[in-house]
Amino acid sequence: MDTESTYSGYSHYSGHSKKAHRQGSRDRHKSPRSKDGSRSEKSVTIQTPPAEPLLGNDASRTEDVQDDNWGETTTAITGTSEHSISQEDIARISKDLEDSVGLDCKRYLGLTVAAVLGLLVFLTPIAFILLPQILWRDDLEPCGTVCEGLFISVAFKLLILLIGTWALFFRQPKADMPRVFVFRALLLVLIFLFVFSYWLFYGVRILDSKDTNYQGIVQYAVSLVDALLFIHYLAIVLLELRQLQPMFTLKVVRSTDGESRYYSLGHLSIQRAALVVLENYYRDFTVYNPTLLMASKSRAAKHMAGLKVYNVDGPVNNAASQSRAMITAAARRRDSSHNELYYEEADHDRRVKKRRARLVVAVEEAFTHIKRLQAEEQQKAPGEVMDPREAAQAIFPSMARALQKYLRTTQQQHYHSMESILQHLSFCITNNMTPKAFLERYMSPGPTLQYDRDRWFSKQWTLVSEEAVTSGLKDGGVFVLKCLDFSLVINVKKIPFIKLSEEFIDPKSHKFVLRLQSETSV
Amino acid sequence: MSYIPGQPITAVVQRVEIHKLRQGENLILGFSIGGGIDQDPAQNPFSEDKSDKGIYVTRVTEGGPAEVAGLQVGDKIMQVNGWDMTMVTHDQARKRLTKRNEEVVRLLVTRHSLQKAVQQSMMS
Repeated sequence: MDTESTYSGYSHYSGHSKKAHRQGSRDRHKSPRSKDGSRSEKSVTIQTPPAEPLLGNDASRTEDVQDDNWGETTTAITGTSEHSISQEDIARISKDLEDSVGLDCKRYLGLTVAAVLGLLVFLTPIAFILLPQILWRDDLEPCGTVCEGLFISVAFKLLILLIGTWALFFRQPKADMPRVFVFRALLLVLIFLFVFSYWLFYGVRILDSKDTNYQGIVQYAVSLVDALLFIHYLAIVLLELRQLQPMFTLKVVRSTDGESRYYSLGHLSIQRAALVVLENYYRDFTVYNPTLLMASKSRAAKHMAGLKVYNVDGPVNNAASQSRAMITAAARRRDSSHNELYYEEADHDRRVKKRRARLVVAVEEAFTHIKRLQAEEQQKAPGEVMDPREAAQAIFPSMARALQKYLRTTQQQHYHSMESILQHLSFCITNNMTPKAFLERYMSPGPTLQYDRDRWFSKQWTLVSEEAVTSGLKDGGVFVLKCLDFSLVINVKKIPFIKLSEEFIDPKSHKFVLRLQSETSV
Repeated sequence: MSYIPGQPITAVVQRVEIHKLRQGENLILGFSIGGGIDQDPAQNPFSEDKSDKGIYVTRVTEGGPAEVAGLQVGDKIMQVNGWDMTMVTHDQARKRLTKRNEEVVRLLVTRHSLQKAVQQSMMS
């Protein structure tokens, strides 16, 4: 049975997220509990105790129980609530991921539209200037000095526009958003209408009537380029500048272990705010470690275990009353689980500290064996000269055991493979780092970016929000960023309006007196 | 004992006559004073009104001439031998009390219990 493997992120669901999934998207994961047991040997469907439905769906529970096959193919273990999905569900999930290829097409469509429009817009002023020359060259008035000066101005303005557009828009898209980016779409529409109206005017008034005033035509083209520069300015303000001034503070809490952070943002739509949060998540939050959650779950399970409800009055299938009975019985039972928790935590802390001390000593000792050769010594000692990788391999065995034991105690062992440790060690040796600097990476869990991509447990995110994701942030708003194993709950608070008043103190007014109270005896 | 600037002060006073005691070269009275217009009135523990800059008796030595004469700790000295003590500096007060050629000082002192006693006797 596979529930212990933490390498595939799918076989371990926390009960909470599974229920939310079920309530939210029942059409997709059609309550596979009854089907699981009958289809695959790999999974084990566990009959949860009737205590669960207080939080979940009563209706689904009853239909599960009445499935015909459940007696033969399920193993009933009361008192635990571990879920696992079958192969079927995994296949279904991966198919959903493949469907997201459709989103990629959407993104490329947007990009091509924007690129085509941009090219068109860029070539328009040039076309305005060249078309009269091509079509009715002989009728045109000769271009005087002013007109030629305008040519130069058009050329340079177009160059500036090109550089500005390249700086602002030609960037690798770093994220895929669920809905269209409103401001960008607005700008594209604006540009399109603008250029379209200019072409209309040009076509009707100039091409049709074959206007001979060439200077006027060139000035018309210059005005178009000016207006384009202003639209570029508008784009900068809307896309980049407006959200710089902080207006909201977002509180981000991870649902599994309560780790929280605060971020300040300006006026953004919910989807863009979610992007900012996710960018900062990878840097600020410690990596998600599912093994750390097992302790609290097993504690809760032990609390409920050992209590069974028997129906003496006949088959009255009232799940709610059964669960209530369980809960009151469990509450009344005098249990010492808090005691256990306290001593267990104290013990764990002591163990971690001891292992840590051993590790630090071992690493320090190992590092004393390595010495960097100075440049002139290198030629003199041809024998044992090693490159950093070999040096790392040479001193690694002396600290390997201590390091492994420490990682196991702090539940980090699956984040660091031997290869990665060796690599890090040679990196530290190359850069003259002290043992403490080498150990910094292993002492406490670091941010998610530090680790290998397949240990992340968090690559595909879903934005769950009651309001439209293109609407702006509002005070008191809540939205959730869900990934498969956990979710981030985000609370929006407005930064208060600050009323600052001034008080002027003249530096000459700082004067002091000595206040005494003396006593004289007479 | 509150003080309104420009108005005369009224207080119930007790006459205390102290005979100075000769100790070697000095004539001592046997008490200590505190207060004065150049001192900080807020630190005075005996005054009722913390802006009162008068001279107060802060200590009375046991068995000294002042105690014998009936001076008590916390008394406010209003006059010394006819000289006013309500608007003097600390040093002026000291000087007025320790004049070498005077053997007897006649003080007018006031305290809160005097005021209360008079009020009670007026009411009954």
